[in-house]
Order: sequence, then C-alpha cells, then structure tokens
Amino acid sequence: MLKQYSFDKTAVQTFADNTPLAMKTENLQVFYGANHAMHDANLEFPKNQITALIGASGSGKSTYLRSLNRMNDGIATVTGKIWYHQVDINEPTVNIYEIRRHIGMVFQRPNPFAKSIRENIIYALRANGLKNKAELEERVEKSLRGAALWDEVKDSLDKSALSLSGGQQQRLCIARSIAMEPDVLLLDEPCSALDPISTVKVEETLLELQKKYTIIIVTHNMQQAARVSSQCAFFHLGHVMEYTSTGTMFSNPQIPVTQDYIAGSFG
Amino acid sequence: MEQTNFQLKQQKTQSNDWSARLHHATRATREDWLGKSISYLCIGVIILVVASMLWFITSKGIATFTQNHVSLGKFLTGTNWAPDQGKIGALPMIVGSFAVTFAAAIVATPFAVGTAIFMTEISPNKGRKLLQPVIELLVGIPSVVYGFIGLAVVVPFMRSIVGGSGFGIISATFVLFVMVLPTITSMTVDSLRAVPRHFKEASLALGATRWQTVSRVILRSATPGILTAVIFGMARAFGEALAVQMVIGNAAIMPKNLISPASTLTSQLTTGIGDTIDGTLPNNALWSLALILLLMSLFFNALVRVIAKRGQLKHER
Repeated sequence: MLKQYSFDKTAVQTFADNTPLAMKTENLQVFYGANHAMHDANLEFPKNQITALIGASGSGKSTYLRSLNRMNDGIATVTGKIWYHQVDINEPTVNIYEIRRHIGMVFQRPNPFAKSIRENIIYALRANGLKNKAELEERVEKSLRGAALWDEVKDSLDKSALSLSGGQQQRLCIARSIAMEPDVLLLDEPCSALDPISTVKVEETLLELQKKYTIIIVTHNMQQAARVSSQCAFFHLGHVMEYTSTGTMFSNPQIPVTQDYIAGSFG
Repeated sequence: MEQTNFQLKQQKTQSNDWSARLHHATRATREDWLGKSISYLCIGVIILVVASMLWFITSKGIATFTQNHVSLGKFLTGTNWAPDQGKIGALPMIVGSFAVTFAAAIVATPFAVGTAIFMTEISPNKGRKLLQPVIELLVGIPSVVYGFIGLAVVVPFMRSIVGGSGFGIISATFVLFVMVLPTITSMTVDSLRAVPRHFKEASLALGATRWQTVSRVILRSATPGILTAVIFGMARAFGEALAVQMVIGNAAIMPKNLISPASTLTSQLTTGIGDTIDGTLPNNALWSLALILLLMSLFFNALVRVIAKRGQLKHER
C-alpha cells in the first residue's frame, strides 16, 4: 500500500531573475473530463539545459509535458499559463502549428513515418513551405549529424525508415524534430523502448544537443535523469513535489516523498 | 459415495501397464477427434461446392468454343450479338460492363474517401453515431430496390435532361455509384482507422496542420487499404445484375455514347437466360458470358491479395 504523503509540503525552486528561461508554467492544471490529472504546476526551464521530469507511472509527468506544445488539445482541458517568449501559449488564439515548430516533441515509441529516411525529415520542412532542394538536402544532413545518425545512414537515405533499428529510429525522430530548428525539444520517455546501447547513444546525442536547444525529458529511469539532466522535477500523483538541481535531488532530497522515491521505496 | 466412485474410476484407469494407460482414449481425445472431424467435413463440403461450380461454369462456358466452334477471338472482339443467328460477339457487353464499373468507381471514390475522412478525422463522434448506421443501412438495401428507384427516378430524370429514352450507361453508373459508395466508404473507414495513431501524433508534433497530416501521412499510409476498398466496390459493380438491367436499356450493341441503351455481361445474362434451350449455341454463349464474369471476379480477388501483400511489405521493411 502506497503511503499517504501531504501535497502541501513541496520544495519547488525558482531561478534568479537574470537566469535566461526558455519556458515557464504558472498554475498549469490538466483535466481529463472530471479527472484532475495535474495540479498547479509551476516550473521554470532554463535555456540550453536539460531538465528531467521524473516520477512513477500516472504521476502526470507525460500529461504535463504534452501540454507544453499543446499536444493535449482535444484530449484534455489545460488551464493556467505557459510562458514562452513572454507570450502565454495556452491561449486559444495562439497558432498551435507555429508553437509546435518551435517546441518539438519526440515520443516514447519511435514513430517514423512509413517513408524513406530522407522523406521522414523532409516531410515537416515541406509542410512548412520549404521547397528549395539544395536547402532541404542540407537540412537533412545537418539534422542527421545533429542526432548522431548521419554516419550510420548516409549511404541509405532512400531506404525505408522502418528498416532501422529501434535506437536508430528514435534518433531519426530526434533528427526530424531538430530539422525544424526548434527552441525547445520535449522528449517523452525517449529511451523506454530501447536497449541499453541505443539508450547510451540517444543520451550522448541529448548532451550534445543541449548546446543549441533547451531539452525537457520525461523519464522513468532515475539513472538516466542523473546522467543527463541539470535539474530535475519530481512528480507524484499529479503534483510537482520537488524541483531542484539534479545533484541535490539525488544526494539530498528535501521532502519525504522524494526521499522515498529516490530510495526506491515505490515507483 | 462420491468419493468411492472416484476411487473406483482411478483404479480402473491406473493399471500398472503404463503403455496402455498412456495410449487409451479418454473423453478429451474423443472430443478432439469429433471437433476435428466436424470442421474437416464443413471445409470439405464448401470446397466441393466451389470446385463443382468452377467446373460447371468452365465446362459449360467453353462449350461455345469446343462444341459450337466459335473462335475465342471472334467472341471477344465481335460486336454483333445475335446468338440465334449464330453471331456471338461479346465485345458490346464486355465494354458495357467495364464502362459502368470504372465510371461508378471513379465517381464514387472521391465521395467515399471524403466521407471516410470526415468520419475518422474530422468528426469521429458524429461519424460513429450518425453516418456508420446510415452506411450499414445502404449496404443492406436489396439491389432490386436500387434498380427500382433508378427506373422510377434516374431514368426519367436523364430523359428530361439529355433526351432519348433515359436508359443507358449513365443511368447505370448513377445507380451503381449509390450502390458501391457504402462498400468503398466503410472499407476506407476501416483502413483509415487502422493507421497507427502515432503517425498522426508525430506529424502534428512537427507542426504539420491537420490537413497536411491527413493528406500526406494518413491517406498515404492507408493507400493499400483504400485501393482494396475501390476494387471491392468495382467487383460489386461488375457483378451487379438486377439494378443494372433495370436501367441500362439492354440493347446488345456497341455503346456509342453514355446515354443510349447498352448492356452489360450481367444484364445480358439475366435477360437472355430464360429464352434459351440447354445445349444450344445461344445457351452456351450465355455460359461463356458467365465464365468471363467468373474470371473477372477471380482477377479482382487476386488484385486485392497482391495489394494487401505489397502494403504489408511496405510496413515491415
């Protein structure tokens, strides 16, 4: 039986005023019909850093992440504010397609289209009006290099993306996202369907990518959070319980629920 | 009492002869055998029926060529159909059949795909609650009703618009369009629903619009399914007899335009079958028409299989 923890005692840090932030949410709440899945999430995401969202299944971390680029539209009701470049992008008047160009997303299961590797990357660029062939080719190479996949696929760009291994497919999905040159990259448990070696490759890619992008990653795997992230938010039953630097989170968690989770008592 | 019974039974089966104990039949093995026998019997009967139909139609159908010595070339390319005078040119019916089939499929497919997109992507709720039952109802309406409506509404309408008798390929196309529309729509809906949800999510997350997602990802990955749907629709149109016969005019002459009376393989069969004597040339000629229909339906089936296989390969590769 899971222990009852108080949701009143949380330890959520904020950053100094001069810290450059990529995004921030204010009192973000998510409802699936009558089900209140996310309570008052107030999180700030510093630029060019990796932030990990950890917690047990059903803690609301994926729900929260999907709200950040409005992928919950039509699925759940999201209230509160999501600040991005001083604009509340949770307003209904905001152009969701424009948002998703700037805030890309990679999903749990590698989901390349049943097209060639090249077509997978070109798809979104074309959808956004890029037509120049030379430029498309250039972006294909650049994004595949960025996702550390270029050397493995450069001779087979016209092969079906579905012929790649799981890890390669996931890196292709990352490449596809960064081809759009977004600001922020959201990753929803990107390695949970991958083997350890592919996981290492994806993690190395992420560490490289944070130089250019702000990365927010949901993960089940605490070791992964420890390996890649600069700060870490712990979610529990739809509440953000603790948000602090990754070092502190794993060495000196502030509140009992986080301590128990880190110690492996549940989750 | 019960316990002793049980013990007795145990003793009976538990002889010391292990070979006998492990080989003897029990209720379980007998049930197995019975079940297997019943399903083999059913399969056997079905295979027998299908095989004898194939044999019957084929043997009767080729009698025109083997007994009456009509040449196959003349049969397929001749334009004069007067079996009682020994003139067996089936081309007008072949052309008529293909004309109404392709015309109906070409007209129906855009409507069907549009409806299916509406039902799956634009308004899934209304699609399920409102349109699904309507389409199922349309599938279930007997063809004679379609034909009757065609005769009472479409033919007079055509007559008033383009003149002439109103009977012809265009009226048949119109009736077949309504008949194949639900077939193509419901199968297209199935194939659209089978597109993995994550394709759609991936596309939206890349900033593609809903329309781009539907047209470039969902429709594309459902293409084999949609083609299969269209072919099934065509097979239905090709094989439809009654409704077509009621509106096409049944003149066994080369169709010169879309609005003059023509005939199809099926309509000629239903029109002529009562007037011929078994074993004579006019009768055999009709069997040859039936053979063409049979071969065409085999062809449609084979086509569906090829497409399904290629679609599968595309997803696995």
